[in-house]
Amino acid sequence: MTMVKALFYLMSFITLGSALFVAASKNLVRSVFMFFVTLMALAGLYVLALADFVAITQIVIYVGGILVLIIFAFMLSGREVLTGLQQQESRFISISKLPALLLAALFFIVMLNTLLKVDANNLPWVQNAIAQKNIIRPGDETSNNIGINLMGLYLLPFEIISILLMMALVGAAHISRKEKTL
Amino acid sequence: MISLTDFLVVSAALFCTGIFIVLTKRNAIQVLIGIELMLNAANLNLVAFGKYDRLNNGGQIFTLFSITLAAATTAVALAIILNVYKRYKTIDPSKTDSLKD
Repeated sequence: MTMVKALFYLMSFITLGSALFVAASKNLVRSVFMFFVTLMALAGLYVLALADFVAITQIVIYVGGILVLIIFAFMLSGREVLTGLQQQESRFISISKLPALLLAALFFIVMLNTLLKVDANNLPWVQNAIAQKNIIRPGDETSNNIGINLMGLYLLPFEIISILLMMALVGAAHISRKEKTL
Repeated sequence: MISLTDFLVVSAALFCTGIFIVLTKRNAIQVLIGIELMLNAANLNLVAFGKYDRLNNGGQIFTLFSITLAAATTAVALAIILNVYKRYKTIDPSKTDSLKD
């Protein structure tokens, strides 16, 4: 087993373990902090998939932005949100989880069956890319090419995303402002 | 090297964990975390396949857009959750069932 393979198994183990902890824990704050671990390990998986720029973006936006936003939302919005949440979480019967567990497990089995049948390494376009040497190698500099593509081939989606992001932030500020009449 | 099937299996497991969280949790913030997990599972697939597109970087750039959209979604969703809490005094999704009081 090579070093890369071992690191991959370690990262995927951390990812899945912390995701399962998020699913199992009753404490909201603890599950949010375990979600932090999940996102970090996912960034590690991105690095192992040779996408270092995406990994850095994942850390900056998800860990630095989204997670801080979630923590802010319930830390700054008064203590009654937290206490109300804890009370709701305490009356939790495990028999009510059974249909959800069944659904998730069956869905996983279906997906696993499909994935093993598809045999993604031998897809025609993947084989084609390998034959044409259109494949990222471990020593390549990818962020250079990503920047050129972002300003060239993908310029229109980039601008649309920026407008949509601005609209979403203005909308969020509008929804959450204090007002007398709605 | 790591094969594509390994990434796909990890991503499928992560997606099913997300489904489980969305279906079982009783407060909206944890449901939001489950949705983020499912989005991340999809991103992992995109990045894994993006390795076979060195010229156009299709997978990686789509992942960047998807991460940005997730940030926008979270901002709006948290604003809505805070408003729901102000109005109903609870954020249990199964209890907020009236449109206007």
